[in-house]
Amino acid sequence: MRLLNRRPGNIGVVASAATPFVLALVVYVAASGVRLAENPDDKLLPSLVTVGEAIERVALTPDRRTGDYILWTDTAASLKRLFIGVGLAAAVGLAVGVPNGLLPWFGAFFSPWVRAMSMIPPLAILPILFIVFGIGELAKVMLIVLGTAPFLMRDIEQRVRELPREQLVKAQTLDGTTWQITLRVVLPQVLPRLVDGVRLSLGSAWLFLIAAEAIASTDGLGYRIFLVRRYLSMDVILPYVVWITLLAFLLDFALRRVNRRCFPWYGV
Amino acid sequence: MSLVDVRNVWKRYPGKTVLENVRLEVDEHEFVTIVGASGCGKTTFLRMLLGEVEPCQGVIEIAGERLVPEPRADRGVVFQRYSVFPHLTVLGNVLLGLEFADSRVLGRTFGRRRRLAVDRAEAMLDRVGLLSSASNYPSQLSGGMQQRLALAQTLITEPSILLLDEPFGALDPGIRTDMHSLVRELHRELGLTVFMITHDISEGFSLGSRLLVFDKPRLDPHEPDLYGATITFDLPVGNRPDLDSVVENLNVT
Repeated sequence: MRLLNRRPGNIGVVASAATPFVLALVVYVAASGVRLAENPDDKLLPSLVTVGEAIERVALTPDRRTGDYILWTDTAASLKRLFIGVGLAAAVGLAVGVPNGLLPWFGAFFSPWVRAMSMIPPLAILPILFIVFGIGELAKVMLIVLGTAPFLMRDIEQRVRELPREQLVKAQTLDGTTWQITLRVVLPQVLPRLVDGVRLSLGSAWLFLIAAEAIASTDGLGYRIFLVRRYLSMDVILPYVVWITLLAFLLDFALRRVNRRCFPWYGV
Repeated sequence: MSLVDVRNVWKRYPGKTVLENVRLEVDEHEFVTIVGASGCGKTTFLRMLLGEVEPCQGVIEIAGERLVPEPRADRGVVFQRYSVFPHLTVLGNVLLGLEFADSRVLGRTFGRRRRLAVDRAEAMLDRVGLLSSASNYPSQLSGGMQQRLALAQTLITEPSILLLDEPFGALDPGIRTDMHSLVRELHRELGLTVFMITHDISEGFSLGSRLLVFDKPRLDPHEPDLYGATITFDLPVGNRPDLDSVVENLNVT
């Protein structure tokens, strides 16, 4: 049988997927063991026990100075920025992308502008954001918005243009106005595509979030990682990275579920 | 006065003439079928009647008024594909035209008016044999059912002219025969004027009351796009109301 026709069974799928994860863990434990045997104070590859203690310290014990559970306050602060930033970007993406794709005159004005603006590397204007918006929450949220909105605007514009011409003609023969057609034909079909666009842009949203927190913040997941970096605290950094990865995965999973639940006709 | 009056219509694109000097008068309740080689401008002609394409030269009048180059509610359309909205259920697709008419701001009706609209939509779905699929999405329907839905959706707003662009081109022969009788019945019941493009000549002969053939009367072999197509044959055919009444009289006696 050809290789391209061989498929793993149910158990095979789970086992294959788990193997690289288990392997990575085994390699880490072994490497950490070797280093710690040489130098018990090594901080680069802490043992799983040390990592477990660090997790207990940041997640389960209140901070001695503030009384907060650090991991949870960091998570809440970061997720709040992420949700506001991405939510605003999605709203802007929809508000600009739909008319750009649907209305020739609107597109003639704003489409080239959006295309040009989306070429600006957002991190390059981070200093401008801190100057204009101060170093508070607003600058961090704005970095996420500026980083992800251009992609969403262009993506939505493209999705609107991809709607079959026949549908728009048909809606007009049913006597729909531009507004009615936007509301009943275009928007509902674009929303699940917006959710897909948001899923794709979440990766860069996390990037901008952590970059902003690393530079100017007093809490947040990115802030913590860059703070403890000074003490070479790999035992905190590693679980934080795993936690961020898990959050990103869960967000993506949730959005996929939203699409399936709310738009059963989509992607069938 | 004829319902549709096409006078000396031309359509040129840069380096290409698609239609030249098309002249046509169509009365109410006629069933016009259009055949011709692919790329000979049949669809362009239909899109002109629809208002989606503007003629470069010449005039199209409908009921004595010059056609505004924009699709309007007096002309319904069914395409070969993409005629129904994938995000609406079968019932929602048929309701849409009624909801557009009822609510200018939201495009949605509620309460008692919605129940009235649903009743009308369900009657129309019953007429085309789709009532049992009312809560399904179009992607769950077969090709023939989707085209039935497209017909119901268009006819609910009571257009006087129905434009069909190869509506049965993608269907199996058996289903196509069913669709023929449905369209023929709807044409008679609703007093529609129908324009239908087909690539199936026998369909053109049997279904319509009038058959138009689009072809290029002049052809430059060195530059095939130089001249455009026009109506080269205009034949009275098969499904004529006068013949039908003769047949019905025969049946009665």
